[in-house]
Amino acid sequence: MSNREKYNKAFIDSLELEEDQLEGLTYQGVPSWDSVGHMGLISELEDAFDIQFETDDIVDFNSYDKGIELLKKYDIEIE
Amino acid sequence: MTRLWEFDRFKDNVALIDEFGGSISYGELEISASALAKAVGKRCLVFALTRNEIGSVIGYASFVNNGIAAVMLSSHLEEGLLQELISTYKPDFLWVPDDMTGRFEDSSERHSAYNYKLLKTPYNDCYPLYDELALLISTSGSTGSPKFVRQSYTNLISNTVSIAEYLKLDDKQRAITTLPMNYVYGLSVINSHFLVGATMLLTDKGIMQKEFWNFFREAQATSFAGVPYTYEILDKLRFYRMDLPSLQTMTQAGGKITPELHEKFALYAHEKGKNFVVMYGAAEATARMGYLPPEYAVEKKGSMGIPIPGGKFMLVDELGAVITEPGITGELVYEGKNVTLGYAEKGEDLILGDERDGRLETGDMARFDSDGFYYIVGRKKRFLKIYGNRVNLAEIENMIKNEFSIETACAGKDDHLYIFITEEGISDKVKAFVVNKTKLNQAAFKVMVLEEIPKNESGKTLYKELTAYYDPEAR
Repeated sequence: MSNREKYNKAFIDSLELEEDQLEGLTYQGVPSWDSVGHMGLISELEDAFDIQFETDDIVDFNSYDKGIELLKKYDIEIE
Repeated sequence: MTRLWEFDRFKDNVALIDEFGGSISYGELEISASALAKAVGKRCLVFALTRNEIGSVIGYASFVNNGIAAVMLSSHLEEGLLQELISTYKPDFLWVPDDMTGRFEDSSERHSAYNYKLLKTPYNDCYPLYDELALLISTSGSTGSPKFVRQSYTNLISNTVSIAEYLKLDDKQRAITTLPMNYVYGLSVINSHFLVGATMLLTDKGIMQKEFWNFFREAQATSFAGVPYTYEILDKLRFYRMDLPSLQTMTQAGGKITPELHEKFALYAHEKGKNFVVMYGAAEATARMGYLPPEYAVEKKGSMGIPIPGGKFMLVDELGAVITEPGITGELVYEGKNVTLGYAEKGEDLILGDERDGRLETGDMARFDSDGFYYIVGRKKRFLKIYGNRVNLAEIENMIKNEFSIETACAGKDDHLYIFITEEGISDKVKAFVVNKTKLNQAAFKVMVLEEIPKNESGKTLYKELTAYYDPEAR
């Protein structure tokens, strides 16, 4: 699985979304991405990429695009 | 009528600061609140669609302090549900955010302040109001149920004075909002801080958002409130590592925190010289009934504490006798002036008087230890009989949570206990653990893995939604 696929799968699985909902998605943009969904999403991503987010990055992670930017800090490139 | 707050005593203190840089003093709050009350012009019923914004708080302050009965609702309430509530209770006025006024075409604007508008509905004094009726608070959060708790002015004054006393609040406090204004815990924070001339920091951002913490630090918040789930999130956020020098006090209510998290936050508070205050309450008791003094937070983890000043606890067994010995479980009964009048389910109920006479049967099962500290062990109605044995669902949940550190909810029917978890791959282990703990036959237990445990806005499990998994008729 490519990093993009892993990244998308974490959203799809933890927030119960379809692939075509991901583009431009923001925190609270769908009902499932609330604080509860966010914790689930973070866990999924941590497992998928075997990383542990810093607190500041967890609270800064407010959109699909922002997550891609933040993951660069952990040497994860989403092409 | 005695007013809950005397804003003029603190004229020059800052009452409210919002996340966008707005702020008002107590002097300005008094002026705005009085102007709004004048626009309403009489004692009547108002629906307040709340947000954690200055205009919303001014409305609340105005209504409570000027004898205008208010129904506190979330501005996120679904439109159809809101319209149903309006036709059920026929309020004279609505207090709504500017961006929602378009929804109420049959209402006309009478007053506006801080991005909120007072709308006159077509209704006029449709239902008579009991003299003491101050607030109507939903029992269910966002579902739009017409069932409200009826709170009196005496209830509000009594509970607010008590809270300010046991939390030792003063006008140097700056509490940041973490809860909505249609929730009694959120209101109780505002009530008690206004009593002493302290400052409220208003935001609708959540603890999972950077903007919340930026505001927290810039505005030098001294306290926040949280339901158990708040503390679960903070734990996952590795809150203990955050640098928050202004923070003095964390309060917890809205359900029972796990003893494990209770201990973690108590130890954190102890090490950092802060207070962690676990509390107990219900909308039916205005807000608070019990609190664990922070100096006991570590020693008495898992306890919700002692009665608040002016209140009294007792435990009653199944035959109605008062339990006098420590360690024995009974239903928790509370007595105090903050016990609310009763419920309202329709407009005709607004004239009803005090149906409880200061005594509330909480429906919670509790015990106390030899030092008189109370522990909630479950809810009265959430138990099953399995093979003739009484099994308390909350206790099973707590056992699983403590053993596996996972989310869980238990429900079911007699002889069939369903354990809902969100973790894949450990169903067999969870089942074996529960079977071993209860010493009951494994056939009674079924573990189901869900995407998530259904919860309401305040993090309480929605057991009704789980019935569909085990009761075909509930589908």
